[in-house]
Amino acid sequence: MGLFIAQLLTGLANAATLFLVASGLSLIFGVTRIVNFAHGSFYMLGAFAGYSLMQVLPGAIGFWASVLLSGLIVGVIGVIVEILVLRPVYKAPELFQLVATFGVILVIQDLALMIWGAEDLLGPRAPGLKGVVRIMGEPVPKYDLALIAITPFVLFGLWYLITRTRVGVLVRAATQDREMVAALGVNQSWLFTGVFFLGAALAGLGGAIQLPKGGADLLMDFNILAAIFVVVVIGGMGSLPGAYIAAVLISVLNVFGVSYLPQSTLVLMFVVMAVVLTIRPYGLLGREEVVGEHGQVGEPERPIKPAGTKARLLVGALLIALLALPAVGSHFLVILATDIIIFCLFAASLHFLLGLGGLVSFGHAAYFGGGAYVAGLLVTHAHAPMELAFLLAPVGAGLAAVIVGWLCLRLTGVYFAMLTLALAQLLWSLVFQWDEFTGGDDGLVDIWPASWLSESNSYFYFTVIVGVGGIILLRHIAHSPFGYALRASRDSQRQAEATGINTKRVQWMAFTLAGALAGVSGALFVFSKGSVFPNELEIAKSFDALIVVFLGGVKTLSGGVVGAASLELVKDYLTRFEYWRLTLGLLIIVVVILAPHGIVGSLRKLYDKVFGSNDDPDSTGLNTPGTTQSRDMPGGVSGGGVS
Amino acid sequence: MRQWVMFVLELTGVNSFYGKAHILRDLGFSIQAGEVVSLLGRNGAGKTTTVKSIMQLVSPASGEVTFDGQSLTHLPTHRVAKLGIGYVPEERRIFTDLTISENLEVGRQPPRDGVFEWTQDIVFELFPNLAERRNNRGKALSGGEQQMLSIARTLMGNPRLLLLDEPSEGIAPVIVEQMAQTILKLKSEGLPVLLSEQNLHFAKIVSDRAIIIEGGLKKYDGAFAELESQPEIRDAYLSV
Repeated sequence: MGLFIAQLLTGLANAATLFLVASGLSLIFGVTRIVNFAHGSFYMLGAFAGYSLMQVLPGAIGFWASVLLSGLIVGVIGVIVEILVLRPVYKAPELFQLVATFGVILVIQDLALMIWGAEDLLGPRAPGLKGVVRIMGEPVPKYDLALIAITPFVLFGLWYLITRTRVGVLVRAATQDREMVAALGVNQSWLFTGVFFLGAALAGLGGAIQLPKGGADLLMDFNILAAIFVVVVIGGMGSLPGAYIAAVLISVLNVFGVSYLPQSTLVLMFVVMAVVLTIRPYGLLGREEVVGEHGQVGEPERPIKPAGTKARLLVGALLIALLALPAVGSHFLVILATDIIIFCLFAASLHFLLGLGGLVSFGHAAYFGGGAYVAGLLVTHAHAPMELAFLLAPVGAGLAAVIVGWLCLRLTGVYFAMLTLALAQLLWSLVFQWDEFTGGDDGLVDIWPASWLSESNSYFYFTVIVGVGGIILLRHIAHSPFGYALRASRDSQRQAEATGINTKRVQWMAFTLAGALAGVSGALFVFSKGSVFPNELEIAKSFDALIVVFLGGVKTLSGGVVGAASLELVKDYLTRFEYWRLTLGLLIIVVVILAPHGIVGSLRKLYDKVFGSNDDPDSTGLNTPGTTQSRDMPGGVSGGGVS
Repeated sequence: MRQWVMFVLELTGVNSFYGKAHILRDLGFSIQAGEVVSLLGRNGAGKTTTVKSIMQLVSPASGEVTFDGQSLTHLPTHRVAKLGIGYVPEERRIFTDLTISENLEVGRQPPRDGVFEWTQDIVFELFPNLAERRNNRGKALSGGEQQMLSIARTLMGNPRLLLLDEPSEGIAPVIVEQMAQTILKLKSEGLPVLLSEQNLHFAKIVSDRAIIIEGGLKKYDGAFAELESQPEIRDAYLSV
């Protein structure tokens, strides 16, 4: 019994940090609709800042002052990020801002490395709270009890601010309809900045307050990211009490998981999330999202159309150049080109889902890595020939997508995105922990192509044919009746249903197709490298694809491919330098600010501006002038209000 | 007695676009102190775009909008509102998750020199239906009540001019009647109103002057009484 209580208390204490950081994320999302990937970075900065401050400020007062100051400093950093990076891109298509926040992650990583070095820092103990208290014979750290006592006050303070003050009323109003708030005379840009300050400050506080229990290191940002997203989603986007309950639930279960079922630790919170979202699709205290409630963001979509003669010729020329590459380029160049084509197909499959289907998957790596693992496992365990393994890879990935799609498509917006992430994470931890079957962390090795492809350049030609073929297939489908139905389901689910389209089934099929093609790219990958490791299933891999699709341009057909090719090339060059993350991060931020419609989208806008456009979408006379079109947000992530 | 300071709203040569569609064409008119003016026209004539171009929710490509001598063109929307232009949108756009009281709080602005200062109590006097339900959420209201709340919320900003975009649309005739009384009351106290309307009957009750637009062009600007004697204009631009 004593041990049980002690473990419960440890869980509650761990929940303090998780709640602080997650509540900040929830606030920021609720008001600005920005999925702030950099929130983990704010948390990490809070820990580092707290560490440095505690070195100079003595005693108990110094300790707590350091914690508060860290929150303040990180809050100010949040304001700087909001003003410099996010303000210029608020008008960009929905979700594009998450690319900018991804750039911020990279910049902060390298800045932290420069200032605090690569060594893990051990957090100082809190003065006056160093010992333990015996509760039913079990030792419980005093600091844990302090954390448990503090959290409800923070929750109450935030709750009071949001529900009982004018600022809170304005924040909640802005959550629902920013434009109307502005039309009533409220300068919403300062409201946004204020919310960013508060959200970042909470993350900073969380980072500093956990120092005595943990420390500060450079992996903290990504390590907490998945957890806080899970907490926010389980609690219900925008609900602070929900975030608290979810933080407690996850932390307590985690403590018990570690003691009784150690292999569950990696996956436990994702299982909890999957269960909660299956029973309550909008989280414990979230509210259902009303479709189209927030109105259309940005301009009307420009219709896509089949490539013209010029574009076809250009693609043909590129293809010839690619095929000629082994003759003129070095071996290294051929390998680089192989990597790029594989990544392009992977990105194109996500783009299909995201751009045409409006389905934002945060876990697309599951099908890339899944395809690679299916092929790898078949070769390793069944000694299957490469051809068979290669064919079954997309089948396996597609099958996974059928199941995941069925589970996730009952949700929409950010809940859909998070459930795809959770299920991808589930697959990752399965692969990571099932040593005897998947090789665990050591991966699968010795998976080489068949003899007819083993010659130096033949695998490259194979990749060109399969990779480019896959991309062209996706493009082709976009212009097929199925593609029309998919786009119709994205633009207005209700109208599409009314014309007889079974939107859920169309989306489910698209999800499966995207998964299968990601599986093809995974199979290409595993045979080109000869090995596969669990990191091909990781969140970071999913994010990579997400970033390039947005960077290239969601609303353009070639966006995914252009984005993937550009990023791979730039990365290949930059990673030779010590602080490449900083450079890449700044580069991404600059591109985001200069090209808010993605590389392809913005180039085309520039082209239209300079040369004029003859296919203007409004000249059809179908738009009723003078009325604001309100409809479902394409690719929109949306969630509940702040409460 | 409620008082409003003298001023004028003036549009000159305003051209506005929605995407690439040219909606307003060289539109110009003015509103004098104390006037209630109806902006009439068919669906798609450009009424809402006119109102949005005043609020700078649509940024005019050319032309000038001035209020009290100050140019509004290219000001951020919240600055336009701060100058005392109260906007009641067509879709009402009340905050459904907020209580009625909270909705009014969002609209509240600091007192303005020489302008009547609204409080929640005074607003509730004008809209007694809302008073009973002040702690209910916006989503619990009927369409008519939502329209009342939207007007009340804008009044909380102590406006010097009220822009009402199709307030009678989709509302029961009884409520439209009530609303007409409310607008007449505001008018009698000197609050000028620009009313975009399709309901000719309603417009006639509350306003002195009519502006008719069609395809973004001004077709008529004059007293309502004179419009009565020119049925050909009415038939050409207003009847379906």
